[in-house]
Amino acid sequence: MTVPTLDIRDLRLGFKTYEAYIEVLHGISLSIAPGERVALVGESGSGKSVTARIVLGLLQLLRSARISGSVVFEGRDLDRLSARERRRLRGTRMTMVFQDPTSSLNPVYRIGTQFHEVLKRADPAMNERAARERAAQMLLEVSIDDPDRVFESYPFQLSGGMNQRVMIAMALANEPALLIADEPGTALDVTVQAQTLKLMRELVEHHHTSVLFISHNLGVVREFADRVYVIYKGRIVEQGPCASVFERPGHAYTRALMAAVPRITGGGLPDIGDEPRDFSQPLVVHESRGGHA
Amino acid sequence: MTPTILIFVRRVGISCIVLLGVSMLIFAIARVIPGDPARIALGPSATAEQVAKLRAELRLDEPIAVQYGHFLSELAQGDLGISLYTNRPVVVDIAQFLPATLELIFVAGAMMIVIGLPLGIASARWRGTWIDNAIRMIALLGVSAPSFVWAVILMLLFAYFLPLFPIAGRISDTFAIEQVTGFLFLDTLIAGNLAAFGNAAWHVILPAFALALSGIGQTARLTRANMVETYDKPYVEMARSYGVPDRRIANRYAFKPSLIPSLTIIGLDFAAMLGNAFLVEAVFAWPGLSRYGVSVILRKDLDAIVGTVLIISATFLIMNLIVDVLVTIINPRIRYSRTAS
Repeated sequence: MTVPTLDIRDLRLGFKTYEAYIEVLHGISLSIAPGERVALVGESGSGKSVTARIVLGLLQLLRSARISGSVVFEGRDLDRLSARERRRLRGTRMTMVFQDPTSSLNPVYRIGTQFHEVLKRADPAMNERAARERAAQMLLEVSIDDPDRVFESYPFQLSGGMNQRVMIAMALANEPALLIADEPGTALDVTVQAQTLKLMRELVEHHHTSVLFISHNLGVVREFADRVYVIYKGRIVEQGPCASVFERPGHAYTRALMAAVPRITGGGLPDIGDEPRDFSQPLVVHESRGGHA
Repeated sequence: MTPTILIFVRRVGISCIVLLGVSMLIFAIARVIPGDPARIALGPSATAEQVAKLRAELRLDEPIAVQYGHFLSELAQGDLGISLYTNRPVVVDIAQFLPATLELIFVAGAMMIVIGLPLGIASARWRGTWIDNAIRMIALLGVSAPSFVWAVILMLLFAYFLPLFPIAGRISDTFAIEQVTGFLFLDTLIAGNLAAFGNAAWHVILPAFALALSGIGQTARLTRANMVETYDKPYVEMARSYGVPDRRIANRYAFKPSLIPSLTIIGLDFAAMLGNAFLVEAVFAWPGLSRYGVSVILRKDLDAIVGTVLIISATFLIMNLIVDVLVTIINPRIRYSRTAS
């Protein structure tokens, strides 16, 4: 069996505040095979984004965060790595695409400078000319026809869709093993979002990159992912191949989530009480090792 | 023309108009204040004829608009009139006293930037740690006492009780330096006298530091506040998630966007030092323009007052111009917008 790109087991996260200890993730498990596109779906506050930030090693820098369980990336337990070693993985073996491309790029540096910075993560000795060449190659891959102009531009001079493509190009430039996409393009309008997602899908397939795709948008997930994990209040309540989960949603929350997708024919938002009992009964239990799906 | 040059040219134009306005204002105000300059200059024992003669010489009996016209035509020839206090052309006086003040202000300004900015960056980068707390305390101390208080305290501590620095003056009497530019740093170098250069630098440290302290505090606090805000921006998280080292994030990616709002205030602080310099110069017996300015105002020395104020305004405007150009260089949004002013 091949080593999974990412294997999360019984991950728990809590924050220590002055008043109390609040647990946010109650033991989630998730695994992504090389080249696999996996979606983590849930409403805001369900724990999707913090999961991504633990994988990146960013939350570990917070003093108030208490993390347990294991996150194994390409066979290496992140917990055993030093902060420095975790930082080395970021931008080289794992990268991230953000929600709002325009505000995720630094407003006072040219795209070229920022692209160069990203490329230097993998090859610190890379000079500006080599960076320019490599960036041009990547920008062409994301269907940007005039890479030179984009290279010289500031983010505010480009459209949101262009910036999103630049982000995707940056994210894939160092040939990472894992791409984390945190609600990519949610800030863009729907057609542009669909376009860039299609592009991203083609590219990760081509580069054989694993993707952890975080979203609340089921329509988008269906288009993009092979497998889906549904997360609700810090627990994974259902998981399975995209097709079967969408065909036969087993869990009450998944069904509610699907019913919440707006349809052109009307109908839509189901009436959900504050604490429906069904939602808190996961179909998959991740707390114990044996129970791993 | 590149946008930066365009903005520069426009700013120079605006500055000239402002300067003209300032000259009218100060010209009128200096003449409206009660007291007869001729009488003050000649003293109580002078006869009425003598006073009338001087008034005529000074054209004080003519209408103020005509006087201003004369002033402008003389200014065009680089003549600011004669000081009744020193009996020399005002231009000569200013050339003698201004460099001392500028030297003091530039050193103080350099201290403000070189010390204040890094303190602010460090404070934001290690927010909430003892480093942050220590820096915030120092900064608060700096802004909470006026510079002449610091001048006295520093002088007592480091020139009197602990004689590390000279107590007053610009340079020790043992050095005879020919005045070329009036800037001791330049003149000593022109003379090739490194010992004198060192001595002048040694003299400027305490007064400049006293003058800079509140600016250092202000700069550090402002930079910290702006950077703390920038640290919450998505692009900083993006830099983090790409493994850019903390140090590089602090000094580059979080610092540069934060510098834009700080820079304007730093420029104003810099210019405000011109005013604060009056008192620091008095404490350290620094032979600068501020001391000259106080003396001529007390004596209602009209030409000298107008000349001094004009030069100070010009310095202020030039500082603002430099800040504007710097902001334009740092902030691409201004550089690329056509309507920027």
